[in-house]
Amino acid sequence: MNLTLKIWRQNGSSDKGRMVTYRVEDVSPDMSFLEMLDVLNERLILEGDDPVAFDHDCREGICGMCGMVINGVAHGEQKLTTTCQLHMRHFKDGDVVTIEPWRSAAFPVIKDLVVNRSAFDRIIQAGGFISVPAGSAPEAHSVPVPKADADAAFDAATCIGCGACVAACPNGSASLFTAAKITHLGLLPQGQPERESRARAMVEQMDAEGFGGCTNTGECTAVCPKGIPFDTIAQMNADYIKAASK
Amino acid sequence: MAVTGAVLVLFLITHMLGNLKIFLGADSFNHYAEWLRTVGSPALPNRTILTITEIVLALCVVLHMWAAVSLARRAAKARPVKYAAKRKSQAKGYATHTMRYGGVIILLFVIWHLLDMTFGTVNPKGGDATPFDRMIAGFQPERWWVTVFYLVAMVMIGLHLRHGLWSAFQSLGLTRRPRSRGALQTGAAAVSAVLVLGFVAAPICIMIGVVK
Repeated sequence: MNLTLKIWRQNGSSDKGRMVTYRVEDVSPDMSFLEMLDVLNERLILEGDDPVAFDHDCREGICGMCGMVINGVAHGEQKLTTTCQLHMRHFKDGDVVTIEPWRSAAFPVIKDLVVNRSAFDRIIQAGGFISVPAGSAPEAHSVPVPKADADAAFDAATCIGCGACVAACPNGSASLFTAAKITHLGLLPQGQPERESRARAMVEQMDAEGFGGCTNTGECTAVCPKGIPFDTIAQMNADYIKAASK
Repeated sequence: MAVTGAVLVLFLITHMLGNLKIFLGADSFNHYAEWLRTVGSPALPNRTILTITEIVLALCVVLHMWAAVSLARRAAKARPVKYAAKRKSQAKGYATHTMRYGGVIILLFVIWHLLDMTFGTVNPKGGDATPFDRMIAGFQPERWWVTVFYLVAMVMIGLHLRHGLWSAFQSLGLTRRPRSRGALQTGAAAVSAVLVLGFVAAPICIMIGVVK
C-alpha cells in the first residue's frame, strides 16, 4: 500500500518545528509502524536527507521507549498496543497519516518525534522505590499478600512509563503514570512504611514538573498500551489526602 | 472541586424538591417560600438560616469556578504546542467534554435565574409578586424562549452532574475498585436524570397550561 505521512520535523529544542509531508510506497501490511518509518528513513538517508528521529528499543511492546501520536491518538487507535506493535494492516492504501511527538511542556522535544521524558524519572526519584535492606531474596511465603492486592499491584506494575497517558490527557496530566507507581508499591507489604511519604513526594514532584491537573476524563487509561486501571488514580488521591491531612 | 460540587448538588436536590411543590398549588408553594425565610424563628431572626445558606452557596460557586479556572490554566500551560491532528477522544463519555463550556452556560443561567425568580428584575410580575405568581408568569407560552433557555441549562446541569458526581468520588479517592466506579457512574447517571426531570417538570407543565 502507498501512504502519505505528515510528520513533525524539529531540529533540536530551539527549532520552531513544522509538519512535513512524505510519500511511502509499497508498505507491507505485515510491517510494524516503526518498520514503515525505517523504510522511509532508509530512503531519506539514500537521498541525502536527514532521517526522522524517533525513540525505540525492544520493539516487543514492553520497554516503553517508542511512542508517537498517530492521527491524533497516542500509539494509534489500536487498543492496548504500543507503536512498535501497531501493524500496517490497520491502515489502508491511500491513507494520510499524521505523526506527532507527545505534546507536553514537561516533555520537551529533543528532535522530531523524540521527547525528553526525564520528568518521569524525577517523579520516580521523589519516592517511587522502597528502602528495604538489600540481600538475598526471602522465602516467598514468609510475607503473605492477599490475592486481590497482589493482582491490583501487578496490574499497576505493568506500566512501562511510555508517557502516552500524558500525551492523551486533555489537561496534560501525568496522574495515571504517578498513580500506577504509587498503587504498585503502596498495595504491597514492602511498600507500607513509606506509603504516605511516597504519595506526597511523588504527587508534589509531578506538579512541580509542570504537568496539568486530573479532571477524570479517562483518556489516559483508554490509550494506555498496558491498560493501567483508572482506579489507580483514586488510590493515589486517597493516599495523598491521607498523607496531606496529617 | 469535589467538595464545593458536593455542596451544590445537595442544594440542587432540595431546590428540586421545593420546586415540585408548585404541583400542590399556590398556597403550598408560597407557604414553603415563606418557611424558608422564617425557619428557626422565633429562636433566630428571620432569614438567618436562609442568609447563611446563601453565603455558603455563593462561596461554593466562587471556589468551584476558581478551581475550574486554575485547572484550565494549568492545562493550557502543560501543553503549549497543540496537536496538528484533531484529537480523537478514546474514552467513553460525552458529558466529560461539556464540563468547561457547560459550566459557563450554567453560570449565565444562574445569573438570569436569580434576576428572574429571586429579584424579579426580568420577571413580568416583578419582585413584589408572590413566588407562585412569578413562576407562573415566567414560563407563559409567549415567553417560550425563556423556557427553552431553562431546558437547555437543565440539560447542561444534567451532563455536568453525569461526570461531576462520580468524578468527585474519584478525586477524593473513594473509587478504588472497578466495581465501585461502575456503580457510582450508574448512580451519577440516575441522579442526574432524576434531577433534570424534576427541574424541567414545572416549566413544561406551566408552559402547556397544566399548572396555572
